Amino acid sequence: MSSLVLDRVVVSAAGVDGVVEILSETSLEITEPSIALIGPNGSGKSTLARLFNGLVTPSSGRVVVDGIDVAQDGRRARQHVGFAFTDPSAQLVMPTVLEDVMLSLRRTHRDKGERRAAALAILEARGLAELADRSVHTLSGGQRQLVALTGVLACDPQVVVADEPTTLLDLANGRLVGDLLMGLPQQLVLCTHDLDLAARCDRALLIEGGRVVFDGPAPDAVDHYRATA
Amino acid sequence: MSSPTPSLLGDYTPGASWLHRLRAGAKLGVLMLVGLVVVLVREWWVGLAFVALALVLLAVAGVGVRRVLRTLRPLLVLLVVLVAYSLWRASWQVALEQAADLVALILLATVVTTTTAVDDILDVIVRALGPLRRLGVNPERVGLAFSLMIRSVPLVLTIAGETRDAARARGLERDPRVWLTPFVIRAIAHARDTGDALHARGLGDD
Repeated sequence: MSSLVLDRVVVSAAGVDGVVEILSETSLEITEPSIALIGPNGSGKSTLARLFNGLVTPSSGRVVVDGIDVAQDGRRARQHVGFAFTDPSAQLVMPTVLEDVMLSLRRTHRDKGERRAAALAILEARGLAELADRSVHTLSGGQRQLVALTGVLACDPQVVVADEPTTLLDLANGRLVGDLLMGLPQQLVLCTHDLDLAARCDRALLIEGGRVVFDGPAPDAVDHYRATA
Repeated sequence: MSSPTPSLLGDYTPGASWLHRLRAGAKLGVLMLVGLVVVLVREWWVGLAFVALALVLLAVAGVGVRRVLRTLRPLLVLLVVLVAYSLWRASWQVALEQAADLVALILLATVVTTTTAVDDILDVIVRALGPLRRLGVNPERVGLAFSLMIRSVPLVLTIAGETRDAARARGLERDPRVWLTPFVIRAIAHARDTGDALHARGLGDD
């Protein structure tokens, strides 16, 4: 498994009343296959998750992914860490499903024929081949999230960070996406409000007010959150 | 399933027509040439001739009448304003020419986008801009910007429809400020989200 390290990381931003600390000084190392980030809205979960892919830059401190300093070598870090967003609509940037997966492969497959074949094989492997020529506008919410995840996985990342991937989905699709994520061979960082899903991870961080207030086995963290929320 | 999204320019629909088989570069070149002719020749009948040509090509591409109408629906308000203004300031010939030119260009662009995969368009742009690499231009990035523009048209129309519906639900549809402000904010938020998604996938890093 990869090693994700936050070394005295602080994230702050300019607010109306001066500088606001979104994430207070945090140091931790993640080596478990799956870790959940849980906590109330606005607690800093997404900010923490986005650090690993370079989507958020720390105000101070270092983020290191398998020895790659994310601030120094963002390109390699992004190749290493895939990111799935809450709303897949923003993530699906091409008109059809096949084209969107092909877009992820442009860097690794320069030949168009190979790129197309590889994208079709990836869709086939995920059981999504029948959606290949569908417009992304016509997909259901669950299908959209599955296709968006497929686009992320097509880049062959070592780590997958998913930011509330089931929030916009109904129960059945939420389960489908949750099962897919929990079955991935990649290391998973899962930012979620779905506490049942979070409890299936190896470890969980409970984040409140920009601080990690509990760090331990996922079921214990979930129990702690339920007891204190 | 048909798209509920108003799809100005349409989406790529795989098919086996000769238009589908035609190279993307050739289609884009012809579209550019026809665009120049439509804009430079100021005769109403030329515009109408190109509308007729576009309708024939759409039929060849297998695009149905309902989809053509759906493509044109978002243009309706603009067309009415354009025609009314031209009738007031010029003549019926000018009004007809401008309306026909606009409809012809949109329909011809639809022929290209419905018969050409965006990936192919991206390849053409990247190839065409290749020589500019030494001047610091990143062809992949420019190609991606074009693809995103095509992708964003229906999305922006969807956001416009949703914000107008929200205003209508409160009985405020007559005040454009009520829906224009949230529309602009949501469109910008969507652009930022898309930027984040591209960044996360490492697209544009090359």
